[in-house]
Amino acid sequence: MPIVHFTANLRRHVACPSVTVEGATVREALARVFEQNPQLRGYVVDDQGAVRKHMNIFVDGVQIRDRVTLGDPVTPGTEIYVIQALSGG
Amino acid sequence: MTDTLLVSTRKGLFEVRRHSSGWTVQRASFVGDNVTLALADRRDGCWYAALDHGHFGAKLHRSEDDGESWVEIGAPEYPPKPADEDDGQDGRPVPWALQRIWALSTAGDDRPGELWAGTIPGGLFRSRDQGQTWTLVDSLWRHPDRKRWFGGGADLPGIHSVLVDPRDSRRVLVGVSCGGVWETTDDGETWTVRATGMRANYMPPEQVDDPVIQDPHLVVACAADFDRLWTQHHCGIWRSTDGARSWTEIKQAGPSTFGFAVAVHPREPNTAYFVPAISDQHRVPVDGRVVVTRTRDGGESFDVLRNGLPQNHAYDLVFRHALDIDHTGELLALGSTTGNLWISEDAGDRFTTVSTHLPPIHAVCFV
Repeated sequence: MPIVHFTANLRRHVACPSVTVEGATVREALARVFEQNPQLRGYVVDDQGAVRKHMNIFVDGVQIRDRVTLGDPVTPGTEIYVIQALSGG
Repeated sequence: MTDTLLVSTRKGLFEVRRHSSGWTVQRASFVGDNVTLALADRRDGCWYAALDHGHFGAKLHRSEDDGESWVEIGAPEYPPKPADEDDGQDGRPVPWALQRIWALSTAGDDRPGELWAGTIPGGLFRSRDQGQTWTLVDSLWRHPDRKRWFGGGADLPGIHSVLVDPRDSRRVLVGVSCGGVWETTDDGETWTVRATGMRANYMPPEQVDDPVIQDPHLVVACAADFDRLWTQHHCGIWRSTDGARSWTEIKQAGPSTFGFAVAVHPREPNTAYFVPAISDQHRVPVDGRVVVTRTRDGGESFDVLRNGLPQNHAYDLVFRHALDIDHTGELLALGSTTGNLWISEDAGDRFTTVSTHLPPIHAVCFV
């Protein structure tokens, strides 16, 4: 199952330990995380579910390409990193 | 007379209290975080703080113990945007996503726990449960003229003023930059633009008088005489004596009629305060002197108040929510982009400096 890590800067505002979840895409994996931790959702994605403008998500070291629907595939051994973009915001 | 002021700044929320020795910063909350607005609800004693975390978005917190502790509550959330929605009049679609909480107001005394929030990109939200959950006011969001609003002070349009008529909670006025002033008299079912008389010099000549594209920086109403309103507009100062049905320009007001903030006395509708800057192209005080302008005769004449304010190479700007008057009309507070905070206890005749080194101040609010 993919494991999802969050930037330490986010932990200052909301609890978000690394978590192992099921899912075949980034969207599915994060949906599982947000089910367990609803408060976290609004810190990572916007009202429409797209990745916030100044956030980045990496899948096994590669930045995701689908920031709108988060359709990038993940596999059971995938590591997903949710981090800040070093741009404004 | 209140003894507490909430000061929202770029780096935290500061609680300022009056002691026998004067006003001092008593407590700092959210240190390091961008607190854009605060609200004290006199009906139930709750305090609210709006934060903008930048990367992580805009959030809301509530305190039920006078700022001792805070709990994050729900933030306004826009509904899913239909795929075929075309609401970008200039070809740039409007994101249906909260950018900033730009206004927080309590509903009427007959509706405890009910709040209004104005936001960028232009959505008005209502909560009936002390901010726990919020609902977009669909009637205004889907009004055809909403698509003609555009950004003023930000890339996208926003609601910065929400005024609830104390005589009738079903009547609400909202101010929009840039979208004029809107009124509902049926609890948000229908809306009518109320900006007749305002003038938008920044538009092509044929649109200067168009009510829907006006840029009121802030709209306020006298609590005791709610049909008497004042607006600090991008192009000057306007007042209304007929409940916003028509507006009359005040063409002279001390050194300048440009500014962002306005406050009206809670019982004397002819008494209002402004903090002028040179112009929209020069957003600094005239001659480097911070002054407050006060009219007590409905705009016929203005006092220029400077006692206790810096008069030499001062470049403070006072944002639209950074001037407040308390419910007695005697206390005034203003905070600046330079981090200066001043309070007057005699309706502006004399100001005392509370701090010269706070972070940039977005808003002040008497409890």
